[in-house]
Amino acid sequence: MSQGALSVPHHTQTRSGWLDSLSTLLFVRRRLLLACLLIPPLLWFGVIYLGSLLSLLANSFFKIDEFSGQLVREFTLQNFIDLFQPANIDVAVRSVVMSSAVTVACAALAFPLAYYMARYARGTQKAILYIAVMLPLWSSYLVRLYAWKLLLAKEGAISWVLQAVHMQWLLDAFLTLPVVGGNSLSFSPFGTFVVFVYMWLPFMVLPILVALERIPPSLIEASADLGSTPSQTFWKVIWPLAMPGIAAGSVFTFSLTLGDYIIPQVIGNSTKYIGQVVYTQQGVAGNLPFAAAFSIVPIVVIGVYLWLAKRKGVFDAL
Amino acid sequence: MSIAVALHDVSCVFHSQNMTVRAVDGVSLNIAEGEFFTLLGPSGSGKTTCLRMIGGFTLPSTGSIQIYGEEVSQRPPYERPVNTVFQDYALFPHMSILDNVAYGLMVKGVDRTTREKKAASMLELVQLPEMGKRRPVQLSGGQRQRVALARALVNEPRVLLLDEPLGALDLKLREQMQSELKSLQRKLGITFVFVTHDQHEALSMSDRVGVFNKGRLEQVATATELYNRPTSEFVAQFIGTANVFSGEQCAKVFGFKRAMLRPEQITLADAATAPLSGAVQEIQYFGSFWRARVGTAALGEVVVDLPVGGAALPVLGQQVGLTWSASLVHTLSPSAD
Repeated sequence: MSQGALSVPHHTQTRSGWLDSLSTLLFVRRRLLLACLLIPPLLWFGVIYLGSLLSLLANSFFKIDEFSGQLVREFTLQNFIDLFQPANIDVAVRSVVMSSAVTVACAALAFPLAYYMARYARGTQKAILYIAVMLPLWSSYLVRLYAWKLLLAKEGAISWVLQAVHMQWLLDAFLTLPVVGGNSLSFSPFGTFVVFVYMWLPFMVLPILVALERIPPSLIEASADLGSTPSQTFWKVIWPLAMPGIAAGSVFTFSLTLGDYIIPQVIGNSTKYIGQVVYTQQGVAGNLPFAAAFSIVPIVVIGVYLWLAKRKGVFDAL
Repeated sequence: MSIAVALHDVSCVFHSQNMTVRAVDGVSLNIAEGEFFTLLGPSGSGKTTCLRMIGGFTLPSTGSIQIYGEEVSQRPPYERPVNTVFQDYALFPHMSILDNVAYGLMVKGVDRTTREKKAASMLELVQLPEMGKRRPVQLSGGQRQRVALARALVNEPRVLLLDEPLGALDLKLREQMQSELKSLQRKLGITFVFVTHDQHEALSMSDRVGVFNKGRLEQVATATELYNRPTSEFVAQFIGTANVFSGEQCAKVFGFKRAMLRPEQITLADAATAPLSGAVQEIQYFGSFWRARVGTAALGEVVVDLPVGGAALPVLGQQVGLTWSASLVHTLSPSAD
């Protein structure tokens, strides 16, 4: 080796030039690195995500020409006034009642399961329970929906089992009930409710599970040590600390139910929910502005719900 | 003086996947009323399990636990007249500091004004009078530690259990809390059962110390007795630094089969006439003394502490003689292991 080669700094010999200077640049200018990492998700979130929501909001203040069916970009509150027609109020109320019922049922089913998984299940048992909760999410939503159609149909599995044990009369009596009943389970609002609960249960179990797993065992011991009976410990310590999880899960189940238009179309009587109205308004009827105005309803309902939850101190434990 | 906590032949066995662990193995112990008693031992020695059995978080497999003469070994924590300060403080994150401290009174049904008044005065006792409205996350480690103490003490327990409460604090704060805890205990006269793996903490705070090793109680004694007259090699090595000798050569030099000498009990002497001699292998400075390691032919390495400002220090490799007063040589029985 010649004298000149030896005088070159060591590291420039072993690394390729421009990659080295790029990594040095990113190392020295941390903000540049941060910007490189954050710009893509921020663009996605800001332009596509919020942008589409804003364009929806803007559309709800337009109208369509009744003769040509063309969109007229003129400010009007007519769509929101139309929301208050009895038929539309009916749809909104029905949707909110269904969503609330589904949320309460999901929470009631999910809490004991999540509690057991977080506090008692260990090893293999815990893995099996995790898989059992997640398993439905691995297959298509439509496949599961039609599977339920088969289960709930008049000639379906549930009916067949009840006939075999001579309990068909019980189902028939239940189906004659007003509001929840119908021709068969698959044509009753109760059937819709059952399938909604089935579909969204994992979205309630997982947030509650996370919240419960974050409670250190020493908190429960401390509560007992300070004289709490197990039920006092549950209501004063575990329940309030699980609340953020229940709130998060309920936002999932509530909004998923509120926005769904496929489940009530396949299972249930022909009464409509918000999702179906939005779907037909923007599709068949071609009334995008009114569909947009109706889409605002779930957003407002969830917003009010979260505001109430915050005021009640649900998120205090966060 | 009456006995606050009595353990009689208590064992605790854990089973997990074909493994049986005897976490606590046949421990018998009496803790007197008003005593500051420390359970000391390395991690996994059973000291924390022992405390948890007194608190009721772990039930003993066999044996009996009595608190003020009442059998409690199978009772849940909320039916025991003890309170605990947990290692991680275990403050309730969703409650204010005042509500945390008042928690024990609340679940007993004490009305709001009374319990808040008591909680506030307890916060004053631990020198956090202005913190009542804050949340646990807004407090430093040392402050949380005091809140945990206040939360336990507000229930006026007959026995306070402390599970390595100072473990997470830095050295200065830990030393300050040690003296505060000690003076608080003197002031309140409550029996303290304190768990630590830190021998300095145990020696400086406790009236008596129980030393744990592998689930067994090796020795129960006052700090000075543990240091000067350990009953086993384990205790001798665990408390402070010890030179423990055994075998033929030991009998020749000391007249006992097993003997112990503390480093500060040995002085340097003339290599030619001293009973033991060797070359200096290492010298370390510890601020208040110098520590020399001397390799002897007869007994291997001997640790010697030399006073600062005393005679001239030996240099590395120098041949030195070691001497001691025969009355300080302590005989040991073989260790349990």
